[in-house]
Amino acid sequence: MTKAEIVQALYSKVGGFSKKESADIVDLVFDMMKETLGRGEKIKISGFGNFVLRDKRQRPGRNPQTGDPIQISERRVLTFKASQILKQALNPRGQSAAAGHDADAGARRTEGAAVDHKE
Amino acid sequence: MTKSELIDAMAERGKLTKARAELVVNCVFEAMTEALQQGEGIEIRGFGSFTVRPYKAYSGRNPRTGAPVPVPPKRLPFFKVGKDLKELVNNSRHLAITGGDDGDDD
Repeated sequence: MTKAEIVQALYSKVGGFSKKESADIVDLVFDMMKETLGRGEKIKISGFGNFVLRDKRQRPGRNPQTGDPIQISERRVLTFKASQILKQALNPRGQSAAAGHDADAGARRTEGAAVDHKE
Repeated sequence: MTKSELIDAMAERGKLTKARAELVVNCVFEAMTEALQQGEGIEIRGFGSFTVRPYKAYSGRNPRTGAPVPVPPKRLPFFKVGKDLKELVNNSRHLAITGGDDGDDD
């Protein structure tokens, strides 16, 4: 999927915008998200996921091509954490769960909670 | 920034009513979710790309009890930050990280 297809979805599903307006609006969505992240602010889209910023300290690394040791400078990175809702949307029930009853679902919920605490 | 703050900002900057802005924002993320559901990647130039990665089944553990838990195979979304956005984010290092209310709930 490209931005053009998102524009098309907006144009056909939300009435009242011209194609040009639809394109401008989709651009605006991503521009505003970029602006927000660019001023050090994380983004939480409920039902989709969180765009999280993290500061990394300088650390030793290696040039993967030559194996030479190098310093990796301190930096701020962006990571995406998918929401449980999105993860569930990608994994419909019954598709893979062999013994997927209540106990299993409970364990998965616990697991999700533990992962969330790491942030 | 939360989704509702994004909606408010869209309304203001896009000169839309809040109701329209909400339709817009929901439509964009729904379209993206549907693409990922179909196993399709998403590429937004200047922002980044989303792909769906398959993971094999493995034996995990309940972190509370230590009991082994079978984890079925699953698909997870993965986001690769675009080059421009990566630089933009790194250039904000001198600013404190902020983010609306609290922790990391959905």
